[in-house]
Amino acid sequence: MMDCKEIFESLSEYIDEELKDAACRQIEVHLADCENCRVVVNTLRRTVTLYHEIPSETLPGDVRLRLHKMIRMEHPKD
Amino acid sequence: MKPDLLNDAELVDLAQEGDGSAMEELVSRYEDKVYNLAVRMVGNREDAEDVLQDTFLNVIRSLGSFRGKSSFSTWLYRITANAALTRLRKRSRKEKSEGEFLDEVYSVKQAAQSGERLNDWSDSPAKRLLSEEAKAMMGEAINELPEKYRTVFVLRDVEGLPASDVAEILDLSVPAVKSRLHRARMFLRNHLSHYYAGEME
Repeated sequence: MMDCKEIFESLSEYIDEELKDAACRQIEVHLADCENCRVVVNTLRRTVTLYHEIPSETLPGDVRLRLHKMIRMEHPKD
Repeated sequence: MKPDLLNDAELVDLAQEGDGSAMEELVSRYEDKVYNLAVRMVGNREDAEDVLQDTFLNVIRSLGSFRGKSSFSTWLYRITANAALTRLRKRSRKEKSEGEFLDEVYSVKQAAQSGERLNDWSDSPAKRLLSEEAKAMMGEAINELPEKYRTVFVLRDVEGLPASDVAEILDLSVPAVKSRLHRARMFLRNHLSHYYAGEME
Protein backbone atom coordinates (compact mmCIF):
# COMPACT_ATOMS: atom_id res chain seq x y z
CA MET A 1 0.00 0.00 0.00
CA MET A 2 1.14 3.55 -0.69
CA ASP A 3 2.16 5.62 2.32
CA CYS A 4 1.34 9.26 3.17
CA LYS A 5 4.55 10.49 1.58
CA GLU A 6 3.80 8.79 -1.74
CA ILE A 7 0.29 10.11 -2.12
CA PHE A 8 1.17 13.60 -0.91
CA GLU A 9 2.42 14.90 -4.27
CA SER A 10 -0.65 13.68 -6.14
CA LEU A 11 -3.35 15.17 -3.95
CA SER A 12 -4.05 18.20 -6.15
CA GLU A 13 -4.41 16.01 -9.21
CA TYR A 14 -6.63 13.76 -7.12
CA ILE A 15 -9.01 16.55 -6.10
CA ASP A 16 -8.97 17.95 -9.65
CA GLU A 17 -9.94 14.45 -10.88
CA GLU A 18 -6.98 14.32 -13.24
CA LEU A 19 -5.52 10.98 -12.13
CA LYS A 20 -5.87 7.73 -13.99
CA ASP A 21 -8.24 5.21 -12.39
CA ALA A 22 -5.48 3.01 -10.97
CA ALA A 23 -3.68 5.92 -9.29
CA CYS A 24 -6.96 7.22 -7.97
CA ARG A 25 -7.84 3.83 -6.46
CA GLN A 26 -4.45 3.59 -4.75
CA ILE A 27 -5.07 6.94 -3.09
CA GLU A 28 -8.56 5.91 -2.03
CA VAL A 29 -7.23 2.71 -0.47
CA HIS A 30 -4.78 4.79 1.53
CA LEU A 31 -7.41 7.38 2.51
CA ALA A 32 -9.76 4.71 3.79
CA ASP A 33 -7.13 3.82 6.40
CA CYS A 34 -5.50 7.17 7.14
CA GLU A 35 -7.52 9.81 8.92
CA ASN A 36 -4.86 12.52 8.71
CA CYS A 37 -4.61 12.20 4.94
CA ARG A 38 -8.40 12.42 4.70
CA VAL A 39 -8.21 15.67 6.67
CA VAL A 40 -5.52 16.98 4.31
CA VAL A 41 -7.65 16.10 1.27
CA ASN A 42 -10.81 17.67 2.75
CA THR A 43 -9.08 20.88 3.81
CA LEU A 44 -7.06 21.13 0.59
CA ARG A 45 -10.25 20.80 -1.46
CA ARG A 46 -11.99 23.39 0.74
CA THR A 47 -9.01 25.77 0.43
CA VAL A 48 -9.39 25.67 -3.35
CA THR A 49 -13.17 26.21 -3.28
CA LEU A 50 -12.83 29.06 -0.76
CA TYR A 51 -10.46 30.92 -3.08
CA HIS A 52 -12.97 30.41 -5.90
CA GLU A 53 -15.69 31.86 -3.70
CA ILE A 54 -13.93 35.17 -2.92
CA PRO A 55 -15.80 37.74 -5.02
CA SER A 56 -13.83 39.40 -7.82
CA GLU A 57 -12.49 42.89 -7.21
CA THR A 58 -14.64 45.36 -9.10
CA LEU A 59 -12.83 48.02 -11.05
CA PRO A 60 -13.58 51.36 -9.33
CA GLY A 61 -15.22 53.96 -11.62
CA ASP A 62 -12.47 56.55 -11.18
CA VAL A 63 -9.77 53.99 -12.02
CA ARG A 64 -11.70 53.04 -15.17
CA LEU A 65 -11.97 56.72 -16.19
CA ARG A 66 -8.23 57.29 -15.73
CA LEU A 67 -7.47 54.16 -17.75
CA HIS A 68 -9.67 55.18 -20.68
CA LYS A 69 -8.23 58.69 -20.64
CA MET A 70 -4.77 57.20 -20.96
CA ILE A 71 -5.90 54.87 -23.77
CA ARG A 72 -7.32 57.79 -25.76
CA MET A 73 -4.07 59.71 -25.36
CA GLU A 74 -1.94 56.77 -26.44
CA HIS A 75 -4.23 55.49 -29.16
CA PRO A 76 -6.35 58.44 -30.37
CA LYS A 77 -9.62 57.83 -32.16
CA ASP A 78 -9.65 58.96 -35.79
CA MET B 1 -19.76 47.09 -37.78
CA LYS B 2 -20.09 48.13 -34.12
CA PRO B 3 -16.95 47.16 -32.19
CA ASP B 4 -18.89 45.25 -29.53
CA LEU B 5 -20.12 42.78 -32.19
CA LEU B 6 -16.61 41.84 -33.34
CA ASN B 7 -14.49 39.06 -31.89
CA ASP B 8 -11.10 39.71 -30.28
CA ALA B 9 -9.08 38.82 -33.39
CA GLU B 10 -11.13 41.20 -35.55
CA LEU B 11 -10.72 43.98 -32.99
CA VAL B 12 -6.97 43.36 -32.83
CA ASP B 13 -6.75 43.66 -36.64
CA LEU B 14 -8.59 46.99 -36.55
CA ALA B 15 -6.59 48.30 -33.59
CA GLN B 16 -3.37 47.39 -35.41
CA GLU B 17 -4.56 49.58 -38.29
CA GLY B 18 -4.97 52.44 -35.81
CA ASP B 19 -8.68 52.16 -35.01
CA GLY B 20 -9.08 53.80 -31.59
CA SER B 21 -12.60 52.54 -30.90
CA ALA B 22 -11.50 48.94 -31.55
CA MET B 23 -8.70 49.45 -29.01
CA GLU B 24 -11.12 50.87 -26.47
CA GLU B 25 -13.49 47.97 -26.96
CA LEU B 26 -10.65 45.51 -26.27
CA VAL B 27 -9.81 47.44 -23.10
CA SER B 28 -13.46 47.49 -21.95
CA ARG B 29 -13.73 43.78 -22.60
CA TYR B 30 -10.75 42.85 -20.42
CA GLU B 31 -10.24 45.68 -17.89
CA ASP B 32 -12.17 43.93 -15.09
CA LYS B 33 -10.23 40.68 -15.51
CA VAL B 34 -6.89 42.46 -15.71
CA TYR B 35 -7.69 44.51 -12.61
CA ASN B 36 -8.81 41.50 -10.59
CA LEU B 37 -5.72 39.55 -11.59
CA ALA B 38 -3.57 42.57 -10.67
CA VAL B 39 -5.15 42.95 -7.21
CA ARG B 40 -4.62 39.26 -6.44
CA MET B 41 -1.04 39.38 -7.66
CA VAL B 42 0.13 42.57 -5.92
CA GLY B 43 -2.21 42.47 -2.93
CA ASN B 44 -3.48 46.06 -2.92
CA ARG B 45 -5.62 48.35 -5.07
CA GLU B 46 -3.13 51.18 -5.54
CA ASP B 47 -0.44 49.02 -7.05
CA ALA B 48 -3.14 47.17 -9.00
CA GLU B 49 -4.13 50.41 -10.72
CA ASP B 50 -0.52 50.93 -11.79
CA VAL B 51 -0.39 47.36 -13.08
CA LEU B 52 -3.63 47.93 -15.00
CA GLN B 53 -2.26 51.08 -16.65
CA ASP B 54 1.15 49.52 -17.36
CA THR B 55 -0.53 46.47 -18.87
CA PHE B 56 -2.66 48.34 -21.39
CA LEU B 57 0.17 50.75 -22.16
CA ASN B 58 2.32 47.73 -23.03
CA VAL B 59 -0.55 46.27 -25.06
CA ILE B 60 -0.84 49.46 -27.14
CA ARG B 61 2.92 49.69 -27.63
CA SER B 62 3.44 46.09 -28.62
CA LEU B 63 0.21 45.38 -30.46
CA GLY B 64 2.05 45.90 -33.75
CA SER B 65 4.20 42.87 -33.03
CA PHE B 66 1.30 40.64 -31.91
CA ARG B 67 0.96 37.94 -34.59
CA GLY B 68 -1.98 36.00 -33.21
CA LYS B 69 0.04 32.83 -32.53
CA SER B 70 -1.68 32.63 -29.16
CA SER B 71 -5.09 34.15 -28.45
CA PHE B 72 -5.28 37.81 -27.50
CA SER B 73 -6.40 36.91 -23.96
CA THR B 74 -3.41 34.58 -23.42
CA TRP B 75 -1.07 37.32 -24.65
CA LEU B 76 -2.81 39.89 -22.44
CA TYR B 77 -2.58 37.69 -19.34
CA ARG B 78 1.14 37.23 -19.97
CA ILE B 79 1.62 41.00 -20.15
CA THR B 80 -0.46 41.45 -16.97
CA ALA B 81 1.50 38.82 -15.04
CA ASN B 82 4.79 40.41 -16.10
CA ALA B 83 3.59 43.91 -15.19
CA ALA B 84 2.51 42.62 -11.76
CA LEU B 85 5.87 40.91 -11.18
CA THR B 86 7.73 44.07 -12.20
CA ARG B 87 5.63 46.04 -9.69
CA LEU B 88 6.27 43.48 -6.93
CA ARG B 89 10.01 43.64 -7.53
CA LYS B 90 10.00 47.43 -7.19
CA ARG B 91 8.83 47.07 -3.62
CA SER B 92 11.70 46.21 -1.35
CA ARG B 93 9.86 43.16 -0.12
CA LYS B 94 11.69 40.15 1.11
CA GLU B 95 10.46 36.99 -0.50
CA LYS B 96 10.62 33.64 1.28
CA SER B 97 13.50 31.52 0.05
CA GLU B 98 12.64 28.33 -1.82
CA GLY B 99 13.91 26.32 1.18
CA GLU B 100 11.78 28.18 3.73
CA PHE B 101 8.78 27.89 1.45
CA LEU B 102 9.17 24.15 0.90
CA ASP B 103 9.70 23.56 4.62
CA GLU B 104 6.34 25.18 5.24
CA VAL B 105 4.70 23.23 2.41
CA TYR B 106 5.94 19.93 3.77
CA SER B 107 5.40 20.65 7.45
CA VAL B 108 1.96 19.04 7.24
CA LYS B 109 3.45 15.83 5.92
CA GLN B 110 5.62 15.56 9.00
CA ALA B 111 2.73 16.43 11.27
CA ALA B 112 0.50 13.86 9.56
CA GLN B 113 3.10 11.13 9.92
CA SER B 114 4.02 11.96 13.52
CA GLY B 115 0.60 10.81 14.64
CA GLU B 116 -0.54 14.31 15.59
CA ARG B 117 -4.26 14.58 14.84
CA LEU B 118 -4.92 17.17 12.16
CA ASN B 119 -7.87 19.48 12.55
CA ASP B 120 -10.61 19.18 9.92
CA TRP B 121 -12.25 22.59 9.47
CA SER B 122 -13.53 21.82 5.97
CA ASP B 123 -17.19 21.51 6.89
CA SER B 124 -17.38 24.65 9.03
CA PRO B 125 -20.07 27.06 7.82
CA ALA B 126 -19.06 29.25 4.87
CA LYS B 127 -20.13 32.28 6.90
CA ARG B 128 -17.30 31.63 9.32
CA LEU B 129 -14.73 30.50 6.75
CA LEU B 130 -15.40 33.55 4.59
CA SER B 131 -15.78 36.22 7.27
CA GLU B 132 -14.29 39.61 6.33
CA GLU B 133 -11.30 38.88 8.55
CA ALA B 134 -10.84 35.45 6.99
CA LYS B 135 -10.93 36.92 3.48
CA ALA B 136 -8.25 39.45 4.44
CA MET B 137 -6.14 36.59 5.84
CA MET B 138 -6.57 34.68 2.57
CA GLY B 139 -5.30 37.67 0.61
CA GLU B 140 -2.31 38.01 2.92
CA ALA B 141 -1.57 34.31 2.54
CA ILE B 142 -1.32 34.78 -1.26
CA ASN B 143 1.16 37.59 -0.61
CA GLU B 144 3.35 35.14 1.29
CA LEU B 145 3.69 32.91 -1.77
CA PRO B 146 6.97 33.31 -3.65
CA GLU B 147 6.42 34.81 -7.13
CA LYS B 148 6.65 31.66 -9.19
CA TYR B 149 4.02 29.92 -7.07
CA ARG B 150 1.81 32.96 -6.71
CA THR B 151 1.49 33.54 -10.46
CA VAL B 152 0.48 29.94 -11.13
CA PHE B 153 -2.00 29.86 -8.23
CA VAL B 154 -3.69 33.15 -9.15
CA LEU B 155 -4.08 32.26 -12.83
CA ARG B 156 -5.24 28.71 -12.20
CA ASP B 157 -7.27 28.83 -8.99
CA VAL B 158 -8.37 32.46 -8.71
CA GLU B 159 -8.93 33.25 -12.39
CA GLY B 160 -9.91 29.64 -13.13
CA LEU B 161 -7.84 29.22 -16.29
CA PRO B 162 -7.08 25.66 -17.50
CA ALA B 163 -3.57 24.35 -16.66
CA SER B 164 -2.73 24.28 -20.39
CA ASP B 165 -3.49 28.02 -20.72
CA VAL B 166 -1.45 28.82 -17.61
CA ALA B 167 1.43 26.82 -19.10
CA GLU B 168 1.22 28.83 -22.32
CA ILE B 169 0.96 32.19 -20.54
CA LEU B 170 3.99 31.50 -18.34
CA ASP B 171 5.99 29.49 -20.85
CA LEU B 172 6.07 26.44 -18.59
CA SER B 173 5.27 22.76 -19.13
CA VAL B 174 1.91 21.52 -17.87
CA PRO B 175 3.59 19.23 -15.27
CA ALA B 176 5.57 22.24 -13.97
CA VAL B 177 2.32 24.21 -13.63
CA LYS B 178 0.70 21.33 -11.74
CA SER B 179 3.63 20.89 -9.42
CA ARG B 180 3.79 24.61 -8.55
CA LEU B 181 0.04 24.74 -8.14
CA HIS B 182 0.08 21.84 -5.71
CA ARG B 183 2.79 23.39 -3.55
CA ALA B 184 1.00 26.74 -3.55
CA ARG B 185 -2.27 25.09 -2.52
CA MET B 186 -0.63 23.10 0.27
CA PHE B 187 1.08 26.23 1.57
CA LEU B 188 -2.22 28.12 1.59
CA ARG B 189 -3.99 25.15 3.16
CA ASN B 190 -1.49 25.30 6.03
CA HIS B 191 -2.08 29.03 6.49
CA LEU B 192 -5.84 28.58 6.52
CA SER B 193 -5.54 25.67 8.96
CA HIS B 194 -3.46 27.73 11.41
CA TYR B 195 -5.93 30.59 11.18
CA TYR B 196 -9.10 28.54 11.60
CA ALA B 197 -7.55 26.47 14.41
CA GLY B 198 -6.68 29.65 16.32
CA GLU B 199 -10.16 30.95 15.75
CA MET B 200 -11.86 27.82 17.07
CA GLU B 201 -10.08 27.86 20.41
